[in-house]
Amino acid sequence: MATRVLDQHQAHVAHGEKTGLWSWITTVDHKRIGILYGATAFFFFLLGGIEALLLRIQLGTAENTFLSPETYNQLFTMHGTTMIFLAIMPLSAMFFNFMIPLLIGARDVAFPRLNAFSYWVFLLGGLFLNASFLFGAAPDAGWFGYANLTSKQYSPGLNVDFWMLGLQILGLASMAAALNFFVTIVNLRAPGMNLMRMPMFVWMSFITQVLLLLAFPVITVALILLMYDRFFGTHFFVPSGGGDPLLWQHLFWIFGHPEVYILILPAFGIVSEVLPVFSRKPLFGYAAMVFSGVFIAFLGFGVWSHHMFSTGLGPLADTFFALTTMLIAIPTGVKIFNWIGTMWGGSLQFRTPMLFAIGFIAMFIIGGLSGVMHSSPPADLQQTDTYFVVAHFHYVLFGGSIFGLTAGAYYWWPKMFGRMLNERLGKLHFWLMLAGFNLTFFPMHFVGLNGMPRRVYTYPKGLGFELLNQVETAGAFLLGVSFLVFLVNIFLTWRKPRNAPADPWNGATLEWSIPSPPPEFNFAEIPTVHGRDALWELKRERGGTLPEPARVSGVGIHMPNPSYWPLVTAVGILAFFVFLMLLGHTGIWPVVASFGLVLLGVFKWAYEPAG
Amino acid sequence: MTAHAHAAHLETSTGLDNRKVAIWTFIGSECMFFATLISNYLVNKGRSLVGPFPHEPWTSPTGQHFEPIFEIPLVTLGTALLLFSSLFVVLALSGAQRGDRKALIGWLAATIACGLFFVGMQVYEFTHFVHEGLGFTTNLFGSSFYTLTGFHGTHVTIGVLWLATVWKDALRGKLPPHKSLNLEMAALYWHFVDVVWIIIFPVVYLIK
Repeated sequence: MATRVLDQHQAHVAHGEKTGLWSWITTVDHKRIGILYGATAFFFFLLGGIEALLLRIQLGTAENTFLSPETYNQLFTMHGTTMIFLAIMPLSAMFFNFMIPLLIGARDVAFPRLNAFSYWVFLLGGLFLNASFLFGAAPDAGWFGYANLTSKQYSPGLNVDFWMLGLQILGLASMAAALNFFVTIVNLRAPGMNLMRMPMFVWMSFITQVLLLLAFPVITVALILLMYDRFFGTHFFVPSGGGDPLLWQHLFWIFGHPEVYILILPAFGIVSEVLPVFSRKPLFGYAAMVFSGVFIAFLGFGVWSHHMFSTGLGPLADTFFALTTMLIAIPTGVKIFNWIGTMWGGSLQFRTPMLFAIGFIAMFIIGGLSGVMHSSPPADLQQTDTYFVVAHFHYVLFGGSIFGLTAGAYYWWPKMFGRMLNERLGKLHFWLMLAGFNLTFFPMHFVGLNGMPRRVYTYPKGLGFELLNQVETAGAFLLGVSFLVFLVNIFLTWRKPRNAPADPWNGATLEWSIPSPPPEFNFAEIPTVHGRDALWELKRERGGTLPEPARVSGVGIHMPNPSYWPLVTAVGILAFFVFLMLLGHTGIWPVVASFGLVLLGVFKWAYEPAG
Repeated sequence: MTAHAHAAHLETSTGLDNRKVAIWTFIGSECMFFATLISNYLVNKGRSLVGPFPHEPWTSPTGQHFEPIFEIPLVTLGTALLLFSSLFVVLALSGAQRGDRKALIGWLAATIACGLFFVGMQVYEFTHFVHEGLGFTTNLFGSSFYTLTGFHGTHVTIGVLWLATVWKDALRGKLPPHKSLNLEMAALYWHFVDVVWIIIFPVVYLIK
């Protein structure tokens, strides 16, 4: 390691940036894959947002005929499915990809080609799911796909086929990525970075990977059983054949509840990075933060039936799941007090990432409180299937996850792209988003408690729902405007020179010790870590500030080879599922051939020199 | 570090090879996959509206008589061979690590043979059941039985393919001791598939 030549004059030469489409298709660089994840997920986020706006136009006035009931069903199903699987999860994956290796002082992830594979499968799965619109057969049974809405008898079209196979493809991508990041965090930490020195974002990401690894197999099996019911005529969820539709709900929510922590824990991690930096003091209660995260994840597997109180599980089950659900409020409360404790007495700097992080805390508290209200079965029976629930989960998913992810976007943008986003536009984005968000979702608490049912395409006049629904629709468009401001900010920033300093925020973690954007090999020399907040530690040792890191050529640093086999394998998987859907028309042989392509890809990949 | 340094030579935080951590992680995830399949079998146990049944005879409304469908002795033989194959793959790995090529190739062949016998037994069993009147969609027992044991059989098949690939490398002398992890990965997976069967065999075949 010490003999490596650090030639400062050959910057951009030996490891000069490879450019062109082919270099992106064959890339195995975690930073490029992170950017691909981010761009794709942001596109799907805008798509899901447009779907939401169409829903809000329909609900803006009573007895509206803007959307037909069929279209409305497709749009709310695709809005939920898109935001969960194609927006929030992959936006988190963008930060896993780009930031985890930088935060733990690694040159790449454990399996760079598997990482590329995850991205391609995610992209193709997202396109597959949305291709359903082209056939006028978008999924229409809700993101939860309850039996027997999804049975062949009640949904004979391709709609549910697109949904169940699309989720199966996306699940593969998530599983491969989770395996990769789990091993990366376990095995590739820089010397000295023991588990209790890891940045909080890495910790929360680590817990998320465990949840993914344990929760996704359950939905995989549930979707397989549903596929058998629909394609081959089994009766797993069909009562006429002895099957039990409730089994679907159990399997779905055993996956589905850990899934909501999969959606929120990365945002917890981001906020735990942003708050200390802009409060100028270390995270309060580091160990409590770690263990409350672990506890939330553990309890997350024992609360699923609170989604099913209205199915009549009986007093014993209701009591058990009510208690476990209430228990989750404790570690979550610990986190909120620790975030507030981090800011307490700090010298707060209200930069854009900090505003979003504080907004996250405030909005998440509101969502958390309405969540505790649901944990009581009698209260839940009043609230279930109403807009009160819609208000609750948007406060945690939008007010929580999206605020947190946006904080991360502003915070890490200079590191990812070498350009600082505009502060004024960033603050405008924040205030518009905060106002739009609350205008949209706060009134839903009231219309919900007054009995307005969710998932219904319209409502009658004279029930007192009109005014608040108009406010909600106006708020939704304000939210849309706030993201237009973000797009303008991105566009203007793009045209500026790439001159962001390595450490614009006086950061605490290792990613700020290397140039912005980082060179392909990340760290010229793998750092040695002596404590938490490794970079603050180093700055203290060296008397305050560090010089701007030089861009070195990286000659002699060995990086993995590019490869196109991950893409070939991913295409094979897409073809497999497409032909599975067309089984009745094209027969078994295209399915077998696609599987052959997957096998070919896997073998070529296995025997190709990794680098 | 030189340009020739291989990724595997980098020191890891745990001292374990990335691939070894990965296969253990994968196995942890697979536990949930089979736990769900086994739960599905148990949930649907006794809920079939029509026969044939696993442990009881059944006479259809039309007067057709069906015997209990399981053939325990044959499956017991398959189970025994699958369990022995776990021992064989340990002996093969030991051979690979010691550089004893003969032991490696021989024991690995024995492992693959046991795996093939198990898959063959399952193909015979499935064909026989269908012949006896238990199709995939006949009743909930049939659907959940074929789903559970079918997915296990698929895992065994993938294991056989994986071991055969390693065996091919071993025959060509491409599995020197420092690459024995290539076999160890497949072996860990093989043990896991075995352990799953140890649960499936009593739960499905023995408990009435």
